[in-house]
Amino acid sequence: MSTSNKSIPVSLPGPGSSRRIKNEKPQQGFKALWRLMRYLSSQRLMLLLILISLLLGTAGTLAGNYLLRPAINNYVLKKDIVGLGHIALVMIGIYIATGIFNMLQYRLTIKVAQKTISNLRNDLFDRMQYLPLQFYDTHQHGDLMSRFTNDMDTVSDALNNSITQLLISSITLLGTLALMLYISPILSIIALIMIPLMLYLAKLIINKSKSFFAANQAALGNANGYVEEMISGQKVVKVFGHENAAIEQFEQLNQVLREKATKAQFYSGMMMPLMANMSTINYALTTIAGGILVITRGFDLGGLTAFLQYARQFGRPVNEISSQYNSLQAALAGAERIFAVIDTAPESETIDPLPMPAPIQGQVTLSHVNFGYVPEKQVLFDIDIDVKPGQKIAFVGETGAGKSTIINLLPRFYPLLSGDILLDKTSIFKLDRNELRKKLSIVFQDTHLFTDTVMENIRYGRLTATDDEVIAAAKLAAADSFIMQLPQGYKTELTNDGANLSQGQRQLINIARATVANTPILILDEATSSIDTRTEIAIQEGIDRLMQDKTSFVIAHRLSTIRNADVICLIEKGRIAEFGSHVELLKQKGKYYRLYMGQFD
Amino acid sequence: MKLSTFTPYTKSFRKAFLIIPFFVVIDVFCEIVQPRLMSIIVDDGILHKDINYILKIGLAMIGLAIVAIVANLCNIYYSAHASVGFATNLRTALFRKIQSFAFADTDYFSSASLTTRLTNDTNMMQQVMMMCLRMLLRAPLMMVFAIIFAVSINKDLSIVMAIALPILALSIFILLRKGLPFFIKMQQAVDRVNSVVQENLLNVRVVKAFVRQDFEKKKFDKVNFDLMDVATKASSIVVLIMPVMQLVMGLSLVAVTWFGGQKVMTGTLALGGLMSFLSYITQILISLMLLSLTFMMISRAIASGDRIEEVLEKQPSLTDTAEGLQNRYAITAGRIAFKQVTFRYNLQSEKPNLDNISFEVKPATTLAIIGGTGSGKSTLVQLIPRLYDVSEGAVLVDAIDVRNYQLQELRSQIAIVLQQNQLFSGTILENLKWGNEQATEEDIYAAARIACADDFIRSFPSGYQTLLGQGGVNVSGGQKQRICIARALLKKPKILIMDDSTSAVDIDTDRKIREGLKNYLQNTTLLIIAQRISSVMHADQILVMEEGRIVGSGSHDVLLQTNTSYQEIYQSQHLQKEEA
Ligand SMILES: Nc1ncnc2c1ncn2[C@@H]1O[C@H](COP(=O)(O)OP(=O)(O)OP(=O)(O)O)[C@@H](O)[C@H]1O
Ligand SMILES: Nc1ncnc2c1ncn2[C@@H]1O[C@H](COP(=O)(O)OP(=O)(O)OP(=O)(O)O)[C@@H](O)[C@H]1O
Ligand SMILES: [Mg+2]
Ligand SMILES: [Mg+2]
Repeated sequence: MSTSNKSIPVSLPGPGSSRRIKNEKPQQGFKALWRLMRYLSSQRLMLLLILISLLLGTAGTLAGNYLLRPAINNYVLKKDIVGLGHIALVMIGIYIATGIFNMLQYRLTIKVAQKTISNLRNDLFDRMQYLPLQFYDTHQHGDLMSRFTNDMDTVSDALNNSITQLLISSITLLGTLALMLYISPILSIIALIMIPLMLYLAKLIINKSKSFFAANQAALGNANGYVEEMISGQKVVKVFGHENAAIEQFEQLNQVLREKATKAQFYSGMMMPLMANMSTINYALTTIAGGILVITRGFDLGGLTAFLQYARQFGRPVNEISSQYNSLQAALAGAERIFAVIDTAPESETIDPLPMPAPIQGQVTLSHVNFGYVPEKQVLFDIDIDVKPGQKIAFVGETGAGKSTIINLLPRFYPLLSGDILLDKTSIFKLDRNELRKKLSIVFQDTHLFTDTVMENIRYGRLTATDDEVIAAAKLAAADSFIMQLPQGYKTELTNDGANLSQGQRQLINIARATVANTPILILDEATSSIDTRTEIAIQEGIDRLMQDKTSFVIAHRLSTIRNADVICLIEKGRIAEFGSHVELLKQKGKYYRLYMGQFD
Repeated sequence: MKLSTFTPYTKSFRKAFLIIPFFVVIDVFCEIVQPRLMSIIVDDGILHKDINYILKIGLAMIGLAIVAIVANLCNIYYSAHASVGFATNLRTALFRKIQSFAFADTDYFSSASLTTRLTNDTNMMQQVMMMCLRMLLRAPLMMVFAIIFAVSINKDLSIVMAIALPILALSIFILLRKGLPFFIKMQQAVDRVNSVVQENLLNVRVVKAFVRQDFEKKKFDKVNFDLMDVATKASSIVVLIMPVMQLVMGLSLVAVTWFGGQKVMTGTLALGGLMSFLSYITQILISLMLLSLTFMMISRAIASGDRIEEVLEKQPSLTDTAEGLQNRYAITAGRIAFKQVTFRYNLQSEKPNLDNISFEVKPATTLAIIGGTGSGKSTLVQLIPRLYDVSEGAVLVDAIDVRNYQLQELRSQIAIVLQQNQLFSGTILENLKWGNEQATEEDIYAAARIACADDFIRSFPSGYQTLLGQGGVNVSGGQKQRICIARALLKKPKILIMDDSTSAVDIDTDRKIREGLKNYLQNTTLLIIAQRISSVMHADQILVMEEGRIVGSGSHDVLLQTNTSYQEIYQSQHLQKEEA
C-alpha cells in the first residue's frame, strides 16, 4: 500500500518566477536557493520541530500500511478475531497519531514559510529605503511592487511545499536505492540505465521552464508597471482621451505575458507525467531484462520479484524530486528578482565619518563643483559659492539651468564629478549622510504628501513636534486657515498624494512640514510657485523670520520673493552668470536686471 | 463569485474544453491499466518463465506509456493555452473596465488595489484554471473507476466508503467555508502592502531628505505583519483538509480490514478480493488528495474571483449619457458657458467648492482666471471636459450641455494642461504623441517650438528619444511643464485650458510661450489660470475667484478700476516695482 502523504504539496502555489536575463546559469539558482535556506535557518527550532513531526508522520503512515500485512497473514488467515481486533485498534491509534503529526507538520511549515516570506519582504523594503535615486528614476513603481507580491508568491510557494517535499522524496529515494542494491547490484544497474536519460530530459525541461518562468515574472512586472502607471496617471489619460491607446498598449504587454506564461505552464506541466511514464518504461525494461536473466542465467526468481517490487516504488520519488525541483527552480526565478533588488548597492556609506561640527554654524561652501546625472551630459560647471552662516542665497535662471540640481547635491543625493561641498568647512562627503540630512529641511519643487492626516503630514518634518508646534508651523505657512475649513480640520485624511487638496494647498503643507523641522539649513525650491501672490506675501514675512538664524537656499521665478536675499546667483546653462545682491545686480543692468524689469510689463 | 461572470472569458477556448476530457480519459485508462500489467508481467510472465509473454506485456506497457505521454502533452498544451488565455482575457477586461472608471471609482478601490487585482488575482485564477483542467476531471474519473471496481468486489464493504466519503466531503466543505473569509482578508492585506510600497516609491525624495527610513519601515512592518498573520491563518485552516482526509481514509482502511477480515474468516470473501479492495481504497485516497488540493486552490481563487468580479461589475459613475450617444454633437466653435454651476467634491459637505458660477466665453477669445489658493480655479476648468459632473446648473459648450456630448468627442476637442501634470515612462516623443498619435515629426517639432521645448529637448544627448522615468523625474520642473504644454498643443483643440502651467517656467519663457500660442491657435478658445498679473492682463476677459465664487469679471483695465480683490493682487505684485 502506498498511501503515503509524500506527494501532497502543503499549500497554495503561486506562479513561477524571475528576471530579464534569459538563460540563467544553474549556479545562480543554487545561490538563490542557498540564500533562501539561510532565511529559513533563522528559525532552527521550528525547523527541527517540522523535521521531527515530518519523520513521525511519514513513519506513522508507513507503519499503518505495513501493519496490514501481519493483520492479514497472522490474524485473518488464522481466523483470530480477537487478534484482528487488537491490531485494528493499534492501527487506529497509529492513524490518529499520524494525523496529529501531519497536522503539526503542515501548520508549522506554513508558519515558518510565512515568517520567512515576511522577513524577506522586510529586507526588500529595507533595502529599498537606501538605494541611490538613480535606481528609482529608472524603475517603474509597479514593477518594484510586483516583486513584493507576484514574485513573493512564487517564493512562498517554494517554501510552503517544494523544499519539505524534496527532503522527504530524497530520503525515500536513498532508502529504496539502498534496498535495491542490497538485493541485486546487477539488476540495480539495469534499473538505473534509464535514469541518466530521465535526468537529462528533466534537465532540459527544467532549463526551459526556468527561463520561461523568469521571462514570465519579468513580463508580469512590466504589465504591473504599466497598469500602475496608467491608473495613477488616470487624470492625464482622461484628459487626452488616451483610454483606447492605453488599452492597445496594455494588450501588447499582455500578449507578451501570455506567450511567456503559456510556455512556462507548458514546460513545467509536462515534467510530472513525462517522468511518471518514463519510470513505467524503465520498469518494463527492467522486468524484461530481469525475466531474460532468470530464464537464461538461472537468476533467483524470488529475488527478482522482490526486486521488482522496489523497482516499482523507485519511480515515485524520482518523479517527485524532478517535479518538485522543477517548481522550485521556477520559484527561485522569483527569488532572484527579489535578490536582484536586495543586492543593488545602496547609497555608499561614509567610512569613518567625521564628527558633525557642533553647533552647526551653517556655512555652506560649494567649491568648483562639476556634476552630471549621466556621464554624457554635464549639468553643472565649476559652481563655486560660499554661503556664510545665516545668509539667504537665491538661485534664479532659466528653466533647466541647473538650480534644482545644485540643491539636490546638498543632501548628497548624487555624487559629484569633481569639486567638493563643505558644511562648516567639513566636506559633506566625509560626514555621516543621515546626520547631514537631519541638518537640512527641503521643500521640493514637486509636492509630496502621504496618506495620513494633515497633522501627521506636517509632523513628518519632525516626529517629536507637538500638536501646538505643528499648528504654529501651519500658521506660519498660512495653511492654518484653509486647514480649519477642511471637513475634519487637522484630522482630515489626505489621500493619493494629497489629491483632495488644491495644488497651492499642497505646497503650503509642504512648507509647513519643512518649517516644523526647524533645522539650521532651509531649502525652498519653487516652494510658492502655485501659491497666489497675496498668500505668498503673508507667508513671506513668517519665512523671513524663520530664516533669520538659518542658512537658506531659495529658488524662485517670482523675483519678488528673493529680493531681500543676501546674495542672488543667476545660473545660466549650469554656470554662474551673475552674482551679487539685488541692488548690485540691478546696477549691473545685466540679465537679472532684464528679468526683474520684465515681470512688470 | 458567480461563474457566469467568468464564462465569457473562456469563450475562445471552447475547443480546448471539449478536447481536454478526451485526453484525460486516455490518460486515466493508461494509469489504471499499467498496474494491472505490472502484476501480470510478474505473476504470469516471470513466474512461468515465458519470455515471449514478458516481451509482449513489456512492450504493451512501453506502448501505453508512450500513448500516455502523448495524451498528457496534448492535455497540458491545451490546458496551458486555455488557462493562460483565460487570465489574459480577464486582465484585458479588467484593464478596459478600469479605463472606463471615473476618479471616484478609482478612489473607491485605490490604485494599488486595482493593480493587485489585475495581476496577482488574475494569476490565481490562471493557476486554478490550470489545476481544474488537469485534475477536476481526472481525479473523479480515477475515483469512479476505483469505486466501480471496489463495489464489484463486494457491496457490503462498500458501505464503509459510503460512510467515509460524505464525512470527507462535509469536512472539506466546512474547512473551505471557514478559510474563504481569510483569503479575502489576505488579498486585502496584499493591497495594503502594495499601497505602502507605492507611496514610499512616490515620496522617496522626501523620505530620504527627512531621514524617515525607520519611520517608513515601521509603517511597512505593520502591513507586512498583518499579511503574514492572515496568510498563516488562512493556510492553516485549509491545510487541515490533508490530515483530516488521511485520518478518515486510514480509518476506512482499518474498517475494511476489520469487516473484510471477518468476511474472509467466514469465507464470504476471498483473500485476493480483500487485497484488491484495499488497493482500490488506496487509489480512491490518492484521487481524493488531488481533488482536495484542487479545492484548496479553488477556495483561494474564489476570494480572487470575488475581487475581480467586483471591479468588472462596478458601474462607472461618469459615462456617456443616452443623449450623448444618440446625438453625436460635434464641437465646432468652442463657445463656453457656465449656467449657475454649483459643485461639491463631497456631496455631504455644506460649503460647495464652486458656488453659483455663471459666465460665458466667446469662441476664439481668451479667458483668464486668477484667484486665491484653493479658490476653485482648477475645479472650475475640470468641469468643462467633464472630468467631474456639476452638482447643480450646467456647463455648455457650443450651447450644448457637456453631458449631451459623447465623452470622446468632448475630450478630443478640449485640451487641458493640468496643474499637477504628469509624464510617463517612455521617450519624450512617445509622451508627446499622447496629444496626437498621427502627428508627423514636423507637427511635433512645431508644437515643441511653440512650447519652448524644442531647444532643450534637442540639447539632450538622445534628443526626442530621451527616456523619461516614471512621472518625468529626470527633467527639470519647467521642462516638464513645457513638454506637457507641447503635448496638449498637438491636439489642436477647439478649447485649450492651461491650469497654472507655466508656474515653473521663467518669466521670459512664459512670455514667449504666450506669444507663440496666439499665432498657433487662432481659432481656439483659450482659458488660462495664472497667478501673475502679467500672464492674465492681455486676456479678453478675466475672472477673479475667491472661495468658490466669482467676485469680479472684466478686462484688466476695468478690474483694476473696480475690483478690490484684483487691485490687491496687482498691488502684491507691483509693490516692489516702485522700489526698484
Ligand atoms: N534626475 C535627473 N536625471 C537626469 N537628468 C536630470 C535629472 N534632473 C534634472 N535633469 C536635467 O538636468 C538639467 C538641470 O535640471 P534642474 O532640475 O536642475 O533645472 P532647474 O534649473 O531646476 O529648472 P526649473 O526651473 O525648470 O526647475 C536639465 O537639463 C534636466 O533635464
Ligand atoms: N479631489 C478633491 N476632493 C475634495 N476636495 C477637493 C479636491 N480637489 C480640490 N478640493 C478642494 O476644493 C477647493 C478648490 O480646489 P482647486 O484645486 O479648484 O483650487 P485652485 O483654485 O485651483 O487652487 P490653487 O491655486 O492652489 O491651484 C480646495 O479647497 C480644495 O481643498
Ligand atoms: Mg527646478
Ligand atoms: Mg489649482
